[in-house]
Order: sequence, then structure tokens, then C-alpha cells
Amino acid sequence: MNIENRINQLFRKKDRNIFSVYFTAGYPRLHDTAAIIELLEQNGVDLVEIGIPFSDPTADGPVIQRSNDAALKNGMSLELLFEQLAKVREKVRIPLALMGYFNPVYQFGVERFCRRCRETGIDGVILPDLPLEEYQEHFQPFFAENNLHNILLITPQTPDDRIRKIDAASSGFLYMVSSSSTTGTGKKVEDFHREYFERVHDLQLKNPRLIGFGISDRATFENACRYANGAIIGSAFVKSLDSSDPLEQVIARFAAEITGRR
Amino acid sequence: MNYQVNEKGYYGEFGGAWIPEMMFANIDELQKRYLEIIENDDFKTEFNSLLKDYVGRPSPLYYASRLSERYGSQIYLKREDLNHTGSHKLNNTVGQILLAQKLGKTRIIAETGAGQHGLATATVCALKGLQCVVYMGALDVKRQESNVKKMKMLGAEVVPVYSGNQTLKDATNEAMRDWISNPGDTHYIIGSVVGPHPYPDMVARFQSVISAEMKTQLLEKTGSELPARVMACVGGGSNAAGAFYHFLDHPEVELIGVEAAGKGIETKETAATLAVGTPGVLHASKTYLMQNRDGQITEPYSISAGLDYPGIGPLHAHLFKTGRARYLAATDEEVLQAVLLLTRLEGIIPALESAHALAALEKITLRPDEATVVCLSGRGDKDMQTYLDYFGY
Repeated sequence: MNIENRINQLFRKKDRNIFSVYFTAGYPRLHDTAAIIELLEQNGVDLVEIGIPFSDPTADGPVIQRSNDAALKNGMSLELLFEQLAKVREKVRIPLALMGYFNPVYQFGVERFCRRCRETGIDGVILPDLPLEEYQEHFQPFFAENNLHNILLITPQTPDDRIRKIDAASSGFLYMVSSSSTTGTGKKVEDFHREYFERVHDLQLKNPRLIGFGISDRATFENACRYANGAIIGSAFVKSLDSSDPLEQVIARFAAEITGRR
Repeated sequence: MNYQVNEKGYYGEFGGAWIPEMMFANIDELQKRYLEIIENDDFKTEFNSLLKDYVGRPSPLYYASRLSERYGSQIYLKREDLNHTGSHKLNNTVGQILLAQKLGKTRIIAETGAGQHGLATATVCALKGLQCVVYMGALDVKRQESNVKKMKMLGAEVVPVYSGNQTLKDATNEAMRDWISNPGDTHYIIGSVVGPHPYPDMVARFQSVISAEMKTQLLEKTGSELPARVMACVGGGSNAAGAFYHFLDHPEVELIGVEAAGKGIETKETAATLAVGTPGVLHASKTYLMQNRDGQITEPYSISAGLDYPGIGPLHAHLFKTGRARYLAATDEEVLQAVLLLTRLEGIIPALESAHALAALEKITLRPDEATVVCLSGRGDKDMQTYLDYFGY
């Protein structure tokens, strides 16, 4: 029997200002993964995206490219990540998603990957280069059988009819890419995106939406939250981990900056 | 057996369009419109006119008599090295620049390894007055300096890429990032039969003029339009795709692709994807890749910057899997010997890439009454420093 997916639980209880953070597993140090997740939860983060590093992250800007390279040099792999996460559910209650590129998952075996996600307590998966059509034709049942959401992206260039198609095929939430850019490039969520945000809002989609790409501080976070159920911060958080201060301090400071809470 | 791409962009089990959603609008437009545009009569007229008067086609099919004597057979060279800009790459960029104009694009981006595709792209951008940005691995910028200077003189911006191994794969990553960030005004001219559908098919069609001309020229010179075999070097595989194209459905013509073995396929320093790779997804295509068991792409190595790529076009993956084509690999050392041999026997200094095809002549059985066509995809000007260093002139 399926327990309710934690992503569904989250959106049922909270439909505004959802604070979601991405980091790359294995960065800055190989064995920080579980500690970072626990600290994010303790500091009020609602949903964590754990990045599976890849050698060729074509949708990412320089910050996440570097964290991917460093994580791989540190020895991170999908096998090791699942080992590191094996006991994560003893402490962590917030929903967790794995995010990465398709090839490492494909080599691991998509069915085996979905099963391991369920065993580990992972609630969603975000694979930007797994297109809707390939997902539906080959992999959808593996996700469904394992109570796992496949989170799909929409962008300012996605036509309305395709947004509806993606919404229909999605569960969990929609990852709304804020602008035409790779991650962390400093294009800010400003007024010129309003037309896109409002257009999507008016489509009356069935899934909640989180806005990602270009969310880097409290101002951009709050602005994004006006148009969606919340926002995802990636590069800005990964960058903050470069600090030589202890993780406890770095993560508390980062979360306080975004939410304004102390 | 069918060797053409299907409506979903697959050659057998290989290919597709494994794009992030950010590239959907551009790829969708290309998929829907490329055939209608390039099959249009006005387009064909303009394309063929530029191939003739600008590129300098048809390129000669040259009977290499002393090379033939050496191997005891009949060897013909398809002289793509005589094209304007010195390689087969211009066939594709002329086609794609016309297509970009039909799509209303004003800015062109490209990746390049040896610089031949970057040069061919910068050239057609100058010809049509379009803005041009070429991404090139920082290592390749150093080892192909003369092409970098030519691109700049032609008005292109050359952006060195410092990620990864700083070669062709990394340049391709960066070009894809640019396209994601500039979806409206920009067309990405991919230089090989790689990337998401429809690029592998589109580039193969533009390059297919190579084998179309071979047939006519062979008929004239040998009395038959079909040779015993066609040989070409393969990195991504565009000159090979063009050289094989019109022979794919003639099983009596043996097709041989030659990969870059680097320091040997048993070493880690190789770029011979089909010899050492396994299926996976990179640059939006499902094909053979050089990768570790975690699915991380491994860094390729070859003395030739143009073959230094850890993947291969999905058409070649399919031809390999079905056995329609055979793929060999030549080491750096074998290639340099082949360069010198052609230079001294025929007075032609070939590009390092093209010399891989020549090096494979040593590896196969050639009979006296057979015609073999080797696609001489480019000339050696850009490689002079490597040759001077190696041969010690």
C-alpha cells in the first residue's frame, strides 16, 4: 500500500512560499550529503533537490558546472549517493527529489533507479534531458510503480498546448524555468517575465508550480512566490557552500537571508 | 534494411531528440520545417549554385596512380580538400545558413574542434552578413591557431571554452548553453551528424553531395557507378555520412569508417567510440559513447582535434550495429605515416583527420581489379605545425 507521497503532502499543507533548494551531491566534500539535507530541513527548507553530478551538464551555468566537476573528482557516483542516503529517512521528513541528467540514470538502469528511490525514501525525480515523449513511451510505469513523481519543466518558449500536455502527464509539481537561460547566469526574475507567469497562471493547471533558474536572493524569491507556489534556489546556494565557515553557519545564514527569518 | 531516419528521429535504436525543454521550441520548429525548406526547388537552386560557384564543386575524383601501385589496387581520392576553406565542412554550412535565413534567424553559433567547421561557419556568415559566434575548446584554440585567426579575420567571435578537457565535447556543451539562453534570434549550425533530430539527417543530406558526385564520376572513369568500397574517417561522422549516403542501399559496396585510435584502443588515450564505447545519451542523442560505468563521459584523445569526440552520429551507430558498415581504428603513429606516404607519392598533404582513412588502407585486403574510394575530407594546412614538429623539417 502506498503512503501519500511527501511532495503531495507538502502542497496539501502549504500552497504558498514553498522554499526549495538544490545542491550537488558530493560538493564541496564527498560525504556532506546527509548533513546538508538535515541542515536545510532544520533551517526551514520545504523541499530539497539533490543533484546527481554529470560530466556534461549542458543546461547548467558555471557555478553548477564547477560543483558537478568537483563532486565527480571527489568520487561521487549514483551508487554511492544511494548508500549515503540509505539512512536519511531516520531523521529527515521533508520531501526529497533527485535531479540530474539522463545518462547516469540510464546506465544505472531506469527501473532499478526508480526502485532504489522508493527504498531510499525519494519522492520525485527531475531529469531535464528526459523529454516528455521518451518518458511516456518507455519509463512512466517504473515511476508509477514506485510512487515517484517525474517532475517536468516548462519554459517561456513552451507553447500553451504543450504546457497543457506536460501538466496532464505530470504529477507532484511543475518546474517552471523562469527565463531563457542556463542555471545561475544572473538573469533576474523581473517584470518582463510577468507576461509568461500570468499566461501560465491563466491556464488553470492541475499541478502546483515552483519557479527555478535566476532565483538568488530574498527579492527574487519573493517575486517568484507571487506568481507560483514557491521557488527553487540552486546556484546561489551552491556558491554559498564555497565558504570556509562550518556548514551549520553557512546554511543558517543562507536560509535566513532568503526567508528573512532569524 | 532501412538506413534512413524514421519520423521520430531514430536510426534503428539510435538517435532521437533528448533535449531539455528549453530547446524544445527551436528543435520542434526545425523538425517540422527542415524537409519542406531544403526540398523546396528555390532552395535547391540556390544551394546547388553556391556549391558550384562558391564551394567549387564538383570536387574532383582523382585516380591516385602511385598510391594504387603501392597497394596493388585502384584507389580514388574524393578531393573534398579542394573545396573552399579546405574541407567538406562547407557543404553543410552553406546549406544551414540558407536554412537559417528561411527561419528568420540573424545570429549563428557553432562548435568546432579542428576549426574547420568553425571556419566554414564563419565563412558563410561573412557571405550572408550574419553575426557569428564560434565555441572552441581552449586546447584546440592553441593547437589550431591558424584557423582561429582566419575565423577572426572573417568577423566571427571565437570563444575559448575552459571546461572539461577543453576540446570538441566541451565546445559543444557551451554552444548548447548559448542556444538555451538565446532561443529567439539564434540558429545553431551543428557541424557533424550528431545532436538531436533532425541534425543527423539534415547534415547527412547536405553532405550527401559527396557520394552523389562519386557515382557520376565513377561511372565516367570506371564504367560503373558503384565502387568495391568507400572509406572515410569518422569523428562525429559527417564526411563519412556524406560519402556513404548514396551507397547505403547497395550492399555490394563495402563501407568502412575509420575512427581515431589515438595511442591505441587498448589505452585510455583514444577517441575510437565504436571500438570502446557503449550506448548512452549525450548531446541530445542516443548513440555509442565513451563513458565509465557510472555514465560519466570519459575524455577522448586523438592527435587530430577534429576526431577528438567521445560520441558518434546515430547513423553510424546503426550502421555498426546492423553490420552495414565496418569500423576500423588508426593510431596517431599510423596516421602520421599515412600523411607522409600520400605527401610523397601524390604530392597532396592531407589533414590529420582524413589521413585516418588513408592509414586504414594498410589494414584491409585490396584486390587489383577493385576500385576503392577514399574520402579525402580536408587538407593539411592547419596541421603543418604538428607535421613539422613530428617529421623534424
